[in-house]
Amino acid sequence: MMRFILRRTLQMIPTMLAVILIIFVIFSVVPGSFITSLMSEGRNATNAQVLSHLNEQFGLDQPLPVRLWNYLSGLAHFDLGISYRTREPVWNVIEPRLWPSIKLALCAMGFAAFVGIPLGFLAALKPGSVFDSGTMVVAVSGLSLPEFWFGLLLMYVFALNLGWLPSFGYQPGSIRHIILPAIALGVGPMALLARTTRAGVLDVMNADFVRTARAKGLAEPRLVRSHVARNVLVLILTTMGLQIGALMGQAIVIEKLFSWPGIGSLLVDSVAVRDIPVVQGAVLVIVLWFLVINMLVDIAYALIDPRIKVS
Amino acid sequence: MSQFLPDPVLSVRNLRLGIGKRYEILHGISFDILPGETYGLVGESGSGKSVTGLAIMGLLKRPLSVTGGTIHFQDRDLLKMHPRERRQLRGDRIAMVFQEPMTALNPLVTIGRQIAEMFVIHRGMGWPEARRKAVEALESVRVPAPEERAHAYPHQLSGGMRQRVMIAIALACRPDLLIADEPTTALDVTVQAGVLELMAELCRAEGTAVLLVSHDLGVIANMCQRVGVMDQGRLVEEQDTRNIFTNPLHPYTRGLLAARPRLGSRTPGQRSRLIELDEVVNAKDRGRDMPTLITPRGPQLAPETRA
Ligand SMILES: Nc1ncnc2c1ncn2[C@@H]1O[C@H](COP(=O)(O)OP(=O)(O)OP(=O)(O)O)[C@@H](O)[C@H]1O
Ligand SMILES: [Mg+2]
Repeated sequence: MMRFILRRTLQMIPTMLAVILIIFVIFSVVPGSFITSLMSEGRNATNAQVLSHLNEQFGLDQPLPVRLWNYLSGLAHFDLGISYRTREPVWNVIEPRLWPSIKLALCAMGFAAFVGIPLGFLAALKPGSVFDSGTMVVAVSGLSLPEFWFGLLLMYVFALNLGWLPSFGYQPGSIRHIILPAIALGVGPMALLARTTRAGVLDVMNADFVRTARAKGLAEPRLVRSHVARNVLVLILTTMGLQIGALMGQAIVIEKLFSWPGIGSLLVDSVAVRDIPVVQGAVLVIVLWFLVINMLVDIAYALIDPRIKVS
Repeated sequence: MSQFLPDPVLSVRNLRLGIGKRYEILHGISFDILPGETYGLVGESGSGKSVTGLAIMGLLKRPLSVTGGTIHFQDRDLLKMHPRERRQLRGDRIAMVFQEPMTALNPLVTIGRQIAEMFVIHRGMGWPEARRKAVEALESVRVPAPEERAHAYPHQLSGGMRQRVMIAIALACRPDLLIADEPTTALDVTVQAGVLELMAELCRAEGTAVLLVSHDLGVIANMCQRVGVMDQGRLVEEQDTRNIFTNPLHPYTRGLLAARPRLGSRTPGQRSRLIELDEVVNAKDRGRDMPTLITPRGPQLAPETRA
């Protein structure tokens, strides 16, 4: 198992390199730079001397391949560079944002799983029923609603009208603050999970081994527990993994809306001022999260499904 | 004929089955199976053998349902029974082995546990005891190294071994009736005979009656005392096995026999599916009440060449 994990970790390296390369190229061709954005903020940076001094200080006077090489060799020492804006190491800017982001992603996924999976299960056990159709209508709406709009709606109802929950902000241990953003972020994955669970259950219920289980005389609850649930879990694990992995990236809008101090809002703020090292760092974190989650999903697979060889 | 026929284990009377009332698949079939007897059911693909077995088990899937007739098991009407009672009978008194050993077992559960489950649900045993019984059951179907095999997952076993596991599950509670729906058709030719012999032997030892569905008249000849011939949802002939080969009454049966490879040329248990028959049958539009299988097809003009 350790070798399996090691191998999957090593496999992440080429992906990361490709991502770094793409980000690097993209941000070297986008118009605007930190310096021009400084100027647009009205600071006195028009002076050519100041400009070249800044360029020199951040190594921007060097050709792209050299900059890329410097960046990569910095990464090898876990050095993400220096933020243009705060002049701090990028890691120091990102690090306090990590936990709020992870917490939000996990809570959103928790909501999605605890609501979506049972809904899908119940819908599948009585296919064609009112409950089934109702659930699927909700699921489709959940998938098609813009999360931004849904977030606003939640804010309006539960924060402004009812006053039950705070409408924005973050407090380190506060559960009340995370509820609305987590639901707003989790509603899409919840809908998707409900649908995939329903499809998965229907699929497994039609499997030959479920017919065998019926022929053995198993009562329905036991049949679902010991011959359907785990098999469905295997089917929906991929969906869940992809969803949690993507959540940190998807959280950008919601984090901004709820003033949540996560990676997503950091990314938005940094793009606005062309703080490229921080943008790169934030994107790297989002990608790394995705890859790590996928690795965890693979490990979970190996643990649940005996047909998957670990060697 | 014996005057002291015992009461049948299974008595199917005028069984009708279809999709609603409009589309009928079984048009009223009747047969009895005596205790300890092996009753063969033959017929071409689609004649309704599997749905008959499933109807007896109570495992018909949604569009299909029993629309008429009765199924008595040891004098109890299965169709009038409370669903819970019927479920308790399943696996315990009436068991079934399916055609597909590759998919019939749960891929995520060890075979030991899948057998042990039988003792847990029907005998109320705890898992440790049930597990020990499962190893015994594996031993009885001659799976080598049963202790270790009990921990194996289905994908680690060959098709023949899996079908042995299926038989172990089916016979775990020593049922009175075993329904075996083409239990060896999907298996490698070399292991078919072994699996069938094992099944026959275990059933004989326990006095289990068997409803054996098969395409293979050779298998039927070896295993069954009596055989019923099905055609398009009807039981068209029923005979003692030896008579059916020497004196087939129904033209359809004669067709079946004619389409079979020569009796002398086959070794017991060898696979001889009625491929030739299927081709002949499917090529013709047969009338409902006049099976014309035995009429020679002869050279026929294709419609477009007709004058
Ligand atoms: N779920 C279903 N929906 C509609 N028709 C069905 C269904 N299941 C079976 N049938 C029909 O019932 C008839 C009998 O099917 P059955 O599977 O019992 O045939 P069989 O004799 O077992 O054939 P085979 O030798 O191929 O297994 C077939 O004509 C088939 O088309
Ligand atoms: Mg069949």
